[in-house]
Formats: sequence, C-alpha cells, structure tokens
Amino acid sequence: MKTIKYIGLAIFLIGLVIFTASIFTGSFNLTKQEVAEYIETQGYKGDIIKTELEKALVTEEELNIFEFSTRVRNAYEASNNHYDELIKKYDAEKNWDKKGEQYQYKIHGKPHTISYNLAKKAGSGFVKENAVLMWWLTFGLGIVGALLYILPNLILLGAPGIKNDGIYHKSATNRGWIAWLVLVYLVAFYLLLYFMPDYVVNWTFILDPISNSLNGGDASQWFVYGFLYCVIMVVMAVRMYIKYRHNKYQIIRTTSVLFFQIVFAFLIPEIMTSLNMPGYDFKNAFPLDYDFFFEWNIKNLTESGAIGLFILVWGTVLTLIIVPLMVYFFGKRWYCSWVCGCGGLAETLGDPYRQHSDKSLKAWKLERWVIHSVLLISIIMTVVTLYCYFTGAQSFLGINSQWIKDTYSFLIGAWFAGVIGTGFYPIFGNRVWCRFGCPLAAYLGLVQRFKSRFRITTNGGQCISCGNCSTYCEMGIDVRAYAQKGENIIRSSCVGCGICSAVCPRGVLKLENDSMKGRINPTEILLGNDVDLMELVNQK
Amino acid sequence: MEHIVIIGNGISGVTLARHVRKLSDKKITIVSAETDYFFSRTALMYIYMGHMKFEHTQPYEDWFWKKNRINLKKGYVETVETKSKTLHFADGDTLKYDKLVIATGSKPNKFGWPGQDLDGVMGMYHKQDLENLEKHAPNKEVCKRAVIVGGGLIGIELAEMLNSRSIPVTFLVRESSFWNGVLPEGESAMINRHIRNHHIDLRLSTNLKEIKSDDNGKVKSVIIEETGEEIPCNVVGLTAGVSPNIDFIKDSDIETGRGVKVNRYLETNIQDVYAIGDCAEQHEAIGNRRPIEAVWYTGRMMGETLAQTLCGNRIEYKPGHWFNSAKFLDIEYQTYGWVFGSKGRPEYEQHFHWKHTDDTKCITIAFHKDTKEFLGINTFGIRMRHEFFDKVLTEKWNVDKVIEHLSAANFDPEFYKLHEKSVVEHYNKTTASNISLSKKSWKKIFA
Repeated sequence: MKTIKYIGLAIFLIGLVIFTASIFTGSFNLTKQEVAEYIETQGYKGDIIKTELEKALVTEEELNIFEFSTRVRNAYEASNNHYDELIKKYDAEKNWDKKGEQYQYKIHGKPHTISYNLAKKAGSGFVKENAVLMWWLTFGLGIVGALLYILPNLILLGAPGIKNDGIYHKSATNRGWIAWLVLVYLVAFYLLLYFMPDYVVNWTFILDPISNSLNGGDASQWFVYGFLYCVIMVVMAVRMYIKYRHNKYQIIRTTSVLFFQIVFAFLIPEIMTSLNMPGYDFKNAFPLDYDFFFEWNIKNLTESGAIGLFILVWGTVLTLIIVPLMVYFFGKRWYCSWVCGCGGLAETLGDPYRQHSDKSLKAWKLERWVIHSVLLISIIMTVVTLYCYFTGAQSFLGINSQWIKDTYSFLIGAWFAGVIGTGFYPIFGNRVWCRFGCPLAAYLGLVQRFKSRFRITTNGGQCISCGNCSTYCEMGIDVRAYAQKGENIIRSSCVGCGICSAVCPRGVLKLENDSMKGRINPTEILLGNDVDLMELVNQK
Repeated sequence: MEHIVIIGNGISGVTLARHVRKLSDKKITIVSAETDYFFSRTALMYIYMGHMKFEHTQPYEDWFWKKNRINLKKGYVETVETKSKTLHFADGDTLKYDKLVIATGSKPNKFGWPGQDLDGVMGMYHKQDLENLEKHAPNKEVCKRAVIVGGGLIGIELAEMLNSRSIPVTFLVRESSFWNGVLPEGESAMINRHIRNHHIDLRLSTNLKEIKSDDNGKVKSVIIEETGEEIPCNVVGLTAGVSPNIDFIKDSDIETGRGVKVNRYLETNIQDVYAIGDCAEQHEAIGNRRPIEAVWYTGRMMGETLAQTLCGNRIEYKPGHWFNSAKFLDIEYQTYGWVFGSKGRPEYEQHFHWKHTDDTKCITIAFHKDTKEFLGINTFGIRMRHEFFDKVLTEKWNVDKVIEHLSAANFDPEFYKLHEKSVVEHYNKTTASNISLSKKSWKKIFA
C-alpha cells in the first residue's frame, strides 16, 4: 500500500513538472497580416504600434513566450513613448490642438494582458498541436498520481475515525520545507495567473479542446484556473471522503461544495457563454462578487435582455434577502462551508493545513479590524461606483470611481483573495482570506453573531480542555475557551465546518440550529457540580 | 492582602485560582515543579501522536496569568511547615502563605515489581513521562515492542499512542476483560475486540512478574507471572492506576491516608490548609463516588467549590450527578448516572443492553428492578446530551420514559444515522414493553 502511495506521488510530481515545464515550450511569432488584423480589431489609431509590432514579432526567429512578451511590451511602450514625446513637445509649444490629438493614439490596458492576447494567436509548438496528449501528461498524470496517493489511505488509515496521527511530525503539514515549497509554488502560480497571464499561455492551449466543447471558444487563463480549481477540488474531496468517512456531516458538506463549484461556478457560466448570455455564477454573492455593481457589469447585464435583468435582480435579492435569511436559519455555514467556491477550495485542498490558523487573542483583534474594514471599503466602493454610474460623475465624496475600483481589484481581489488567500495555505492556514479579508464573510458574520439560530452547543461539563477543537479550527477560534466553560460557541467568524465537533474525543460539541433563546449562555459553574452553587453563581 | 498559595497547576488548582480571582483581590500564587504554565494533562497523548504540539494543550495564553495577577512559581515543594505557614522548596527557597491549597494530583502506581525503575520503564502521567517516551520510543526501529501493564484508561491511551507510530504493543491486563471493574460485561467485551482489531496484543488475566534489564540498566524484556513467558521489549508502560502525589507532606502535621484527608468543605485537619483534586481524600465517600476521585471533572468542580469557601462563602463540596467520558481508540464513551460492572453492583440494579451490529456502538441503561427508576447510562459510539440526563436523573424518571425520549438525548453531529429506533425495538422485545419513540426535542420535554 505504501508503495502504491509513493508511486502515486512520483506520477503526480511528473505531471506537475510537465505542467510547469510546458510554460517554457513553443514558439511565438505572427505574420504581417495577423498583426494588421489584430490592430484592426483593437481599433488602434497610431501607426507606430504597427511598425513596432511587425519589427518585433514578424520574424524567422523562434521566440519563446518570455522573449515574445518582452518584445510586445517594448513595442507598446515604444508606441506610447512616441506619443508621450509628442504630447510633451506640443505642450512646450503650447500647441493645444495638436497636443489633444495625440491622446487618441495612446494604448491603454495592462501590457501583460495585451501580450497574452497576442500570444494566444501567435503560439505554436508541441503543446498547442498535441493538446489532448498534453492534457493527459499534465492533468491526467496529476489526477491519477494524486488518486494513487490518496486512495490507499482507505486501508492505511485503519478503522474509520479521526486520524490526525503525525500531522505535526510531517514537513508538509508542520510548516516544514515542503510546506514552504508549496507556498512558493502557489504564490508564483497566482502571480503569473493574475499579473503575467502571457507567461502561462501554453496552459490555455492544453485546455482549448475542452473549452471549445463547452463554450465554443478557446480557453482563457480564467478557464484554466476554473478548470484546475474544479479538478483540485474533486481530487481533494476524495481525500476528504476517505479521511472523514465516519462523519456524515463532512461527507454531505464536501459533496455540496463540490456540486456548487462544478455546476454553479464552472459549468453554468460556460454554458451561458456558449448561448451568448453573460456568464454568471448564480451563487457568487456581492460583496464577495465585488464587481457585480461595476458599470461595465451593469451595462453588460442591462444589455443582455431578460436574462441579464434577471441576473441583476437575482444578485441583489441574493445579497439583501436570501443570504441573511439563510444565515438566520442555518448560520453562515450554509454559504461559507457548503456553497462558496473559496470555502470549497479551503475545505478540500486546504484541509491538511487547517491547524495553522492563529488562535491568539491578538489575531482575533486583527481579524475584526481587517475584515470589517474590507467590508466597509467594498461598500464605499460600490456606493461611489453606483453614484457615478447614475450621475455620470467621475468621483463621489472625493473618491475617484476608477481609482477605487482598480485599487480594490488589485489589492483585495487579486492579492488578498488569491496570492495571500490561497498561496499562504501551507503556513497560515486555509482560511486566511475568509477570516481576514472576505467582505461577504464579514456581512454574514454580523448576521450570525446577532440574529441567527445557529450555535455550536457545548455538552454540559464534558470538556477536558484537550485543545483538539481549537487546534483544528480553521478560523482561528479558540473553541476550547468556550467549551471548557460550558458555554455555547457563538462567533461571527465560525463557518460551521464541523471539524471541532469531529475531532473532539469526548463528544462535547454539536453544531445546531435552535431558537435564539438561551443561545448565548455564559457559565461560571459547569453542569455536574452542586446545583445550588450553579444557581448561586450563574444567575448573577 | 491575604496570600493564597496553591501547590499544583493542574485543572483543580487553576480552576480555583481563576475563580478566586473573579471573586476577590487576594494575592494568588500557583506553585508547580512540572511546567511553567497550565496544560491539559489529558491531551499529552495527542502530542506524541502528532495531533498537537505542547503549546496547543495550554488553554490560556502566557499573558493570561500576569493579566489576572496570578503569580506562577516553578519549584518543587519539599516540606510544608504549617505552624509558621511556610513552604520549603528543594532549592532552599521558602514561601509564606495565609491559606494553602494542596492540588498536586496523582502519580502512577508502582507495585514493587522487580525492575520497575529501569531505564525505559515509565508511567504516562506527567509531561516528563511524555519526554521519556519520546526518548525511548521515537519510532518502531528504536522501540521494537512496548509492553503496557495495567488495563485502565491511561493504559489504553498509551496503547493508542504507541500504535500511532506502528510500535507493536503487548497489553497486560490483570482483569479477565478490559476495565470490567467499571464496565458491564457486554461493553467490556466489545472493547476487547476493538483493541484486538487495532492489532494490539491484548493479554487478559495476565500479570507482570518482573522486568528484566540488559547490561546497561535498560529494559530488555518482561516476564509474565502466569506462564513465565518472556516478552522482549524496549519500553514498559506502567499504567496500573494512580495514587495521590503527596509524599512531600507525609512528615507534616497534615493528616493523610492514601490522599490528603479532607472534610466536605475540602478542609484538612489543619486550619487554612485545604486539598482538592486527585490528591484529596474524603473521610467518607460521597454517594456512590470513591473517597479519592482522580477525574478531570471532579478536580475542576472542587476548584469551583473551594473558591467560594476561600472567598467568604463557606460551602460544602456537593457534586451533582456523576458523569464521565473517555475514548477507547476509535470509540467514544460517555456515562451519566451510575452503571456498575459486575463488581460492586447493587442487587437492585438491572441492565438493558443494546449493541449495534458493527460492534462499535452500544449502550447500557441501568435501572431499579422494582421501581424502574432510571439510574444511569453508558453510551459507546453514540454521543448523548449531558443536560438531558442530568435533568432525567434529577427528576428521577423511570426507564420507560427515558427510552421513549431517547431521540432527544442524542448529541451526534447532524445527519448521523440515528439508532434510537433500533434501541427501542430491542427494549420492547427484551422487556415485553410497547414503547414508541417520541419525536419531542429535549427543550420541549423539560419546558
């Protein structure tokens, strides 16, 4: 069995190496005609860009993606510099008409994104020409290897039950060198995905056939991300199914996040796109879906007929009515650990790292400041955006609409949710984003804390303060602090994953929905002691 | 300001200190020779198994003590001089107290076996025992086999610990079935099978004769009393119960028996000296309880109670209904009220026993054979609600009513398969009753 595991690990690593190495393959050039076509579709007005791009890309040389990217970015820079010079010149000459004329020739957009768009057309080579084979050599080997690594646990873990043996002895799960290596890989992955998509354009070639069959178009880097996300969740869900096979709550919950990720976050938007509708993830609620009320989205939706209008209404109703109502009945777990995609990845890929969340009081204080600030900022951003949308103004309350959107997308959307949120799993735990950053979690948390039927019930006086619950709480809640006092756990951050209850060796914790009366029950003297004393002290 | 000195930083002493601080401004000092800060002794096993690190077993962050003005002193108390109210430490230091609380807990029993002090022989109680085990049994290459002597709760935990590192374990149990001094027969038998399913070499009705040494004073093997068999091993775990850790006061004026003798107010024979937790011995047992209760929960309760007395509200230690819990490898165990094994069972106590076909879940309900009053429940593999049974015991329900409302007692996680129906069916069959399961929630029942 152990041998199978190691073979699986080797196969997985081979898949991972091929996947990573594929970045460096292929050659990228364009013909004059292709350049011309591209410039036409983009509607560029200057002449410089055409010459520059031709000079850079129409070549006999075999450019790899990095050289290609550099050349494209240089071409754009040269073009923009050219017009900047002119602007400066006319400015000095006080020739305002000429100066104003130059602005239309400037090209906006992120250099790496432009480079990506060109690379998608320019690429050729083994990966692109053998997409199906490459799929098997990367995704295929990865999946098969990972499953071979995971499935033997069915036997190796022994009888069903909590099997956390050795978690703090292993480098991968005890912040050892493997964990740091994974962190570096994940962070690099997110940096490439968000900020240098052109470098990983080869990955999109691997998924072009699948993308074409789903939505009729080639794969983008976001399709790669979405597909990979689903694959990783499925594989790691198998691990969850084995590890927690004695615990039906975990089994059903895992199935639920898997379903919502694959069907709602991945398939439905792809199919909608193929039907010429706006691709929409029906479960992704604002303000997690922070750009829902951005001008371009509202414009896009209002121009998409009945379905667009429906999405607009649904998105609003989801946030204002469905979400809080469900939190009232079931706690925020219905979203965070049953439906949400971020939560879904955290509960599958992130499960081996759940013990790394910081349980100190300091961390809790920091959490409350940071997460509520993000909520506030996301609301301010939306108010500014909507005001500007309806009035046509550029800014509101002294805040420039474009600036706040760009800044939020960059800092919160990309860095916090992606690079830090997932990249830091192996060292800081699997819910860094959900705990410190997610504005939706902050909103649900407020509802859960003050108006909800959900609680984790402490079973009388049965706690032995062992600390398993606190250790394995992914949200950094010191569960034991409540349990050892016989108090129910009512915390805004609790996502109701149910692991505290699962790892408790004494059957002390139970996630429940019940009436709000007596939900918060501060206790000094625990059940089992002198009844008179309990009354004397607890009634005070 | 009155100075309260507590010897021992376990659950009893720390609970006491916390409550005294809540109730008063007294000066508090906790003395310990074991660790700087309070940790959960019951969690030591999880450190060895790699579920947690030592820091995770500490329920309070390090700043907690200073913030609450609870002084911590690390040191070993050698003698207690009650006339001058002074503690003398092993390093020559002294400490004056106004009120002294002895909360020193237990130490593992040793019954004078030959070789019991060899290198590689250990209990599993103190943090130092854990360090010792880590040294002698880091893996299955260094420790080719371990022998555990004594079939109680610590014994099975130690077996589970060693098992987690694939170290072969031979488990010597004096009784004819695991923990049958406490557990009824059916349950004890189920645990026997469960232990063996984990590939632990369980030897029932087996006693240790001696522990043999190699040339370097290290454990080499053990000899079995009954058969004379020699079992080679590198580690011997002595887990044949615990006794009060009170050697340091044997020469003082404080009255001791097996433990520190206390009255119902947890006072010793010397004014201003008290004892709580595992080391306290009641002059007369309270109800069905033992005079010395080495249980986490009772230690905590004594701490809660004595805090009142020390802060001017002199109050008897009057524990409520008995409850306890444990975990046998993968099987959780809870008990509420009294269910006796064959030993010490009152003649009026009758049992109803139900066991699941998967052999990992069962319950035993004890009731009075004439009055049908519910006396207690043991539950294995099914979690039950403490509050439910506490109320049931207070209200003296009869067993039929308990069976009828068993669903309300369930504390398993949501979506778990429920077994109450099967329990009721079995009850109806064995007692020729006709009870149907009520769906009422426990809150409604007691509303």
